Amino acid sequence: MTAVAPGRQHRLSHASLVAGLAVAPAVVLLALLLFGPALAVAVFSLTDWQIGASSFRFLGLANYQALFADRIFWTSLVNTVIYVVIVVPGTVGLGLVVALLIEAQPSLRGFYRAAHFLPVMSTMAAMAIVWGTMLHPTIGLVNRMLAEFGIPATNWLRDPRTVLPALAVIGIWQGFGFAMVLFVAGLKSVPQSLYDAAAIDGADRALDRLRVVTLPMLGPVTMFVLILTATRAFEVFDTVRVLTQGGPNFASDVLLYRLYTESFDFLRTGYGAALTVVYLVIVVLLTLTQARVLDRRVHYT
Amino acid sequence: MSGIALSAVAKSHGATPVLRGISLDIRDGEFLTLVGPSGCGKSTLLRIIAGLDAQDSGAVVIGGRVVDGLRPKDRDVAMVFQAYALYPHMSVFDNMALPLRMRRLSGAQRLPLVGALSPGRRPIEEGIRHEVEETAALLDIGHLLSRKPGQLSGGQRQRVALGRAMVRHPAVFLMDEPLSNLDAKLRVQMRAEITALHRRLGSTFVFVTHDQAEAMTMSDRVAVMMAGELIQVGAPDELYADPRDMRVAEFIGSPKINVVPAAALDQGTRAAMAAVPGASALAFRPEAADICAPAAGVLAGSITGVENLGADIFLHVAARPAHSQGALPLIVRVAPSGRRFAVGDVVGVNPDPARVLQFDAGGRRLKARERVAA
Repeated sequence: MTAVAPGRQHRLSHASLVAGLAVAPAVVLLALLLFGPALAVAVFSLTDWQIGASSFRFLGLANYQALFADRIFWTSLVNTVIYVVIVVPGTVGLGLVVALLIEAQPSLRGFYRAAHFLPVMSTMAAMAIVWGTMLHPTIGLVNRMLAEFGIPATNWLRDPRTVLPALAVIGIWQGFGFAMVLFVAGLKSVPQSLYDAAAIDGADRALDRLRVVTLPMLGPVTMFVLILTATRAFEVFDTVRVLTQGGPNFASDVLLYRLYTESFDFLRTGYGAALTVVYLVIVVLLTLTQARVLDRRVHYT
Repeated sequence: MSGIALSAVAKSHGATPVLRGISLDIRDGEFLTLVGPSGCGKSTLLRIIAGLDAQDSGAVVIGGRVVDGLRPKDRDVAMVFQAYALYPHMSVFDNMALPLRMRRLSGAQRLPLVGALSPGRRPIEEGIRHEVEETAALLDIGHLLSRKPGQLSGGQRQRVALGRAMVRHPAVFLMDEPLSNLDAKLRVQMRAEITALHRRLGSTFVFVTHDQAEAMTMSDRVAVMMAGELIQVGAPDELYADPRDMRVAEFIGSPKINVVPAAALDQGTRAAMAAVPGASALAFRPEAADICAPAAGVLAGSITGVENLGADIFLHVAARPAHSQGALPLIVRVAPSGRRFAVGDVVGVNPDPARVLQFDAGGRRLKARERVAA
């Protein structure tokens, strides 16, 4: 026994050394690229550092106090939430509907898939300019088409009531192709035998098939799409930056745009870092809860 | 009355014919097995009966009613699938209740949340619960009703699939290789359970398998299919003893029937095996031959293997007939009580001429002289 034990211990430590070496590259990269910067941001959020400054002082939680007392921060947070609440269901719903339609019709499948995926591959900043032209109050295509039906012109991006929904529509347009591709892949993995069983059991109309087989079997994909879309919606920045700069009167100010202006326009790096920490906490919490809640509902084993 | 009549059912996938005009009468309450190698079209035929696929031509009649163009749910059939096809997100109870709910509840009553409030749903749900529990008790899965399929073993899932098929008392059960996902021991047990179920329900069962042992042990009649054609339909013992085609003789029976090409034999050996003119292959079952001294045997060769199954011993013999190029493998059954054999022993093989089956060059069976005379 005693003779064996050291040898075994030796072998165990050898094995763990090999394991440690094997994961080392990943750990180093994670630490360097993810945890390190996050930690740095968290530290900066407690200081008055400005970009380029050679020294800084620790302020404690003063940045956070200023942040939570700032009315514009709350406006931008509420705006972001409204944006997410419109974009997530819109993107997931439209992606699913388009995926179902494409899969239901065998001809030209590849073409439709590619066509709907194009917005995902385009550069958002450039596309934002195109949208800006389309939404232009006088020469824009949207208002001209609405005028044909006698609907009065709206200044979509300058009216505080319409600016967020308009941005959300652009967000949906850009994101639903990605959701569609994921749903198409998910649809392909639904076993045909389940549709056969449903046909025998009497669930053979389109809505019954959807309820009994398709939607439940797409559960894991839907969860993934939801989390992805929500995180991406929280990141909304380029359309706001290009089209509205947060206006009119902060009606389209969102978290990341606030972060950008505070950090790089006003050079309040410490304050921007505090904002970043808040943003990170929200996104991580959101992802964790979604994963927790949905995971239990979409995996059936 | 729920027999099934198929008349000249044909189907092709593009230019490839899958079924070449299948005509078959399945009697009410019969257990009929469609058996054949994979790709022979047996599953396609079953799917056509179920209404999941449409035939290109021909007619399907179930219970005296032409069902062509009827949807699966309107044909009064139930189906058990190879991989069970249980809905993974539903409990066992909901899986089994679905066929009843789809039939008895209106579209509005089936809606989630809203449906629960709709008037008249309570008593229907009560009835469904009662019937599902009754069926579950019959299959001994009453304690599993609240589980999800993912939490069940293969055998239990199989029973749930059976239960879902049984719960609405269909006239016809269609089973597509339902035992192929089970381990060997469970498969033998489920064979017995399904035949017992058939006796108790008295419904028509159509069972598809590629396993000839399943076909032989379970069925009233077996229909052997090859390359989209029905080769022979008959009771298991009939197919075994009286195959009308070489392919049936070779497919049915384990170990496989011994086939000796007539061209490999000299005149005397052919006579000793009672070969008729035109016979191109002579075949005999492992139990239709005796082992004897090498000189006394019609065929002779050395033993290459001894398979001892306890009740039977199968000797693998490499025979060397007069005009054969290489060795001709034969399998002969011997009783375990007799002489002991070892690999390398040279023995004679003496087929019983009355039990030699003869086939012409096209694989069709030729009747032996004695039987033609009788």
